Amino acid sequence: MLKQQILPISLSSRYATYLLPTLATITILIFWELIVHLFSIPAFILPAPSAILGSLGNWGMVVWQNSLVTLQTTLIGFAIALFTGLVLGFLIGYSKLVYTTLYPILVGFNTIPKVAIVPLLAIWFGIGTIPAVMTAFLLAFFTIAVNVSLGLSTVEPEMRDVLKSLGASQWEVFQKVGFPHSLPYLFASLKIAISQAFIGSVISETVASDRGIGYLIVTATSNFDIALAFLCLLTLAVMGIALYAIFAVVEQRTVHWLR
Amino acid sequence: MVNSLCPNPSSALSTTPILEFKEISLTYDLKGHCTTVLDRVSLAVERSQFVALVGPSGCGKTSLLRMVSGLLPIQQGTVSFDGEPITKPLRNVGIAFQNPVLLPWRNTLQNVLLPLEIVQPHKSQMRRKRAAYQQSAHDLLQTVGLEGFQHHYPWQLSGGMKQRVSLCRALIHQPEILLLDEPFGALDAFTREDMWSMLQALWLRTQCTALLVTHDLREALFLSDVVYVMSARPSQILLELTVNLPRPRTMEMTFTDEFHHLFNELRRHIHH
Repeated sequence: MLKQQILPISLSSRYATYLLPTLATITILIFWELIVHLFSIPAFILPAPSAILGSLGNWGMVVWQNSLVTLQTTLIGFAIALFTGLVLGFLIGYSKLVYTTLYPILVGFNTIPKVAIVPLLAIWFGIGTIPAVMTAFLLAFFTIAVNVSLGLSTVEPEMRDVLKSLGASQWEVFQKVGFPHSLPYLFASLKIAISQAFIGSVISETVASDRGIGYLIVTATSNFDIALAFLCLLTLAVMGIALYAIFAVVEQRTVHWLR
Repeated sequence: MVNSLCPNPSSALSTTPILEFKEISLTYDLKGHCTTVLDRVSLAVERSQFVALVGPSGCGKTSLLRMVSGLLPIQQGTVSFDGEPITKPLRNVGIAFQNPVLLPWRNTLQNVLLPLEIVQPHKSQMRRKRAAYQQSAHDLLQTVGLEGFQHHYPWQLSGGMKQRVSLCRALIHQPEILLLDEPFGALDAFTREDMWSMLQALWLRTQCTALLVTHDLREALFLSDVVYVMSARPSQILLELTVNLPRPRTMEMTFTDEFHHLFNELRRHIHH
């Protein structure tokens, strides 16, 4: 096979899916380092990866504390979004009335860029955690609600017929078919929603907060501490990937029957 | 015990038909057009009989089945079960569609056990009798040659296997009536013929009353005691054909003159 002649390992192996992106990342970092040194780019424009790593010594503790704040707002906002999304999704999925009444409003609301709402939230709730939690929630709940309702409304009519012909009650139809059928939709939405909640809390922190990674980035750039800003970006990337990965694994475990 | 699932062998002698359709009419309102689907259809099914309904597409065969299962309200006429008119879904009905509609999150065994979690008295005995229920599910799966697939999920099964699971599910709660809506319509010809023998074995084992809707005349003849031929819309019964071939029937019988004679009889009425 041609592929095996070029690469020493098979592309489809589990090993390759970890090894290749890691190699690519290291290569990019090496190039970055070289370019910064070759062209003597000043640190306040683009710091070298080594300098970013170096700032970990000074700022490590601060970044750690602020990332915990961001994580907390994200998780609280996500939890509220999950609850709201489940209830709304259930109502929209099961009730034609609620669907017709609320769905257009929800779609309309969802098209508003949430960063535009943060200043309002700051006026109403003051600067800090509450607007961040609210923004996280506002960004995340729609995805969950839409997916849950989709899961409930796309149950095959024949599946429902099988249960009804056995004399199953509405509740039993939900319990045996509607609920499990919407699980894959729910879990697929959770990994998107957690990322959205994360984006929401960081957006709000950059606009209206005095703590969190978003706030730290704004402070760092206004002090021309670009190394710290990059350290924050790196932290955000790691957190974002970790949150996504956790829910991707949960999804795989729960809906294993989807192949 | 071959007849362990037999619901009610003693009443086989009773004279009331288990199912009776009386003057059933059905009209659909399609975009302001009033279409008569069924026009005063009457037929009776004796206990433990295997009855097939054949006829052109859209002639209301499936509607008749759905009326028995309580999924379709009866507009005109009555459908009686054991002499009592049907008004709500019957508990003692098993149903299998062309699409096997297994629940993808349940393995084979759990899919077969589903009706027992819904139909009384099994529902409340589920916890206590779980082992016994699993045994009867196992027995059914064995009859259809799926004993090794109890813990497989639907995506791991072929189309024919899924349909066999669907039939086991339709029979697990020992229904008195088995409704089959083109159960083998989506299968290839070879698999379909295997399924006939297998369905016959299941039916002989459970002694339930079966009502089959099909487009396949050979299938209807192979499986049934009586075949009803329905006309195109507005449908009426054109022919009631009694099939007196001995049981268990074999594929060889389908090559006999007697079978061909019955087959031609059906054909003549379908393309009248």
